[in-house]
Amino acid sequence: MDDLYRDEILEHYRRPHNFGTLPEPDAVYEGSNPLCGDRITLMLGVTEEGVVEDVAFTGRGCAISQASASMLTDEIKGKSLDEVARLGSDAVLDSLGIEISPARLKCALLSLDTLRRALSDRVAWQASTETPAV
Amino acid sequence: MDRPHALDATTIRADFPIFERDFGGRTLAYLDSAATSLKPRVVSDAVHDYNVRYSANIHRGIYTIAEEATAAFERARAKVGRFLNARDSHEIVFVRNATEAINLVAYSWGRRNIGAGETVVLTELEHHANLVPWQLLAQEKDANLEFVPIDDEGRLVRETYEALLARGPRLVAFTHVSNGLGTINPVREMVDQAHAAGALVLVDGAQAVPHGPVDVQALDADFYVFSGHKVLAPTGSGALWARRELLEEMPPFLTGGDMIREVHLRQSEFNDVPWKFEAGTPDIAAAIGLGAALDYLDAIGMDRVREHERQLTAYALELLPREVPGIVLYGPTTASERAGIVTFNLPDVHPHDVATLLDREAIAVRAGHHCTQPLHERIGEAATARASFNVYSGQDDIERLVEGLKKVQRIFGRSDGHVSPERDVHQEEATAVAGAAR
Repeated sequence: MDDLYRDEILEHYRRPHNFGTLPEPDAVYEGSNPLCGDRITLMLGVTEEGVVEDVAFTGRGCAISQASASMLTDEIKGKSLDEVARLGSDAVLDSLGIEISPARLKCALLSLDTLRRALSDRVAWQASTETPAV
Repeated sequence: MDRPHALDATTIRADFPIFERDFGGRTLAYLDSAATSLKPRVVSDAVHDYNVRYSANIHRGIYTIAEEATAAFERARAKVGRFLNARDSHEIVFVRNATEAINLVAYSWGRRNIGAGETVVLTELEHHANLVPWQLLAQEKDANLEFVPIDDEGRLVRETYEALLARGPRLVAFTHVSNGLGTINPVREMVDQAHAAGALVLVDGAQAVPHGPVDVQALDADFYVFSGHKVLAPTGSGALWARRELLEEMPPFLTGGDMIREVHLRQSEFNDVPWKFEAGTPDIAAAIGLGAALDYLDAIGMDRVREHERQLTAYALELLPREVPGIVLYGPTTASERAGIVTFNLPDVHPHDVATLLDREAIAVRAGHHCTQPLHERIGEAATARASFNVYSGQDDIERLVEGLKKVQRIFGRSDGHVSPERDVHQEEATAVAGAAR
């Protein structure tokens, strides 16, 4: 059997965890892979203490990008934003646990890239809505 | 009518060194010729010969190898002219590829001839190369772009085309053969209609020149462009053909050395056509390689190439649906209406995964949107897989593709034969929510 498409990857692809939407997300971002047109939309629910209490994603893509999104959303649930910000591409590739060729790296990292953009969007939004000092 | 003498892919492959390479005990099944073609030994020899025996610059030196280089470069131009049946090889401008040729026309002819409120007609089939240059021109000039839609089998809707022509566009630009679906457009009829409406016509021949005979005089368009690297030639070679009187009127595109007759500090006089459009040292080796590639194809005969690919396409259109359960094919259903390009999807398997798994079997296919995102929006898929042929392709390649696709289905269907039925249910709702939240 093919080691790239090991059972765990295919299982996440068939039945992705956290697939769906949040009614009132605190952060939303639609990320896309310009190479193939794949898209995922990531939604985060963040507590006032800065903990990711809920996360959901939707989208279409290859087994690698969808399994990666499924695993990453599992990974960040319950973590503080500081911990989430420290997540690097190594962590994502480690949890996939497969050899990713350079051509497929963008697929594997689409969810992480979308997560980072969702978080920086949220920071920018908050900064823009803070009452300016008089 | 007699069918031309059939091509034998096995004999042809002996001319392409890449087939001597070992890919894990297999030879390469190269099914991505629409992206770029493989190169025969005669082409790499011609490039090598230039680089090691007479690698001088052209149009300058007064010594033996410079004269040899200039002669070889201009001979290559004449070969392109003959290959396309141009009236005159001065109608051939060397460029890097079809993209550069379209940009040249958009920049040089377009900026001078398309004004505010005027219209350029394009189609839903176009490659990004025949969309983006016109988008920029339209933005700059405040001009309009109109698009001919396609029907469900990927044919242009001629009634809409005629209706758009009635609005009096300045230019119509469309592809000869669709790189996404393989559709062969009825160029001559469309050119006649456009001319009758007073429009000029640019034809993107990037997917036509490799796959069959092209006669620019018979097609009667005003501009015709192609890339050398899809016609067995090196990357960096390509050509714009245009009617000479148009080239004479057009201002230069890139400027600098070689495209001038006289330069003074404050003004210059430009060179004659076609050199007026060839500023700076060109890719001399690639142009010479293009000449060698066209000689090679001439010796085979482009009518035989067309017949070979028609037979392969017919074989693929018959074999794939019969042997691969659920496979979805896009584009015209008959091989006579399409060039050697077969676009498909497997249900519930993303084309990237298909391509990765086929690669394990040394089968190369394209996966993605093939630089035709608007076409993919039209057919409702973010991505597709594509198998495309050239002279070295054979029935064995298609049989290997079928076996490879069966293996993909075994891997993806191995636990329950069904992939995540719940994903698409939430899709539209989710997108709507995402839009609202932003």
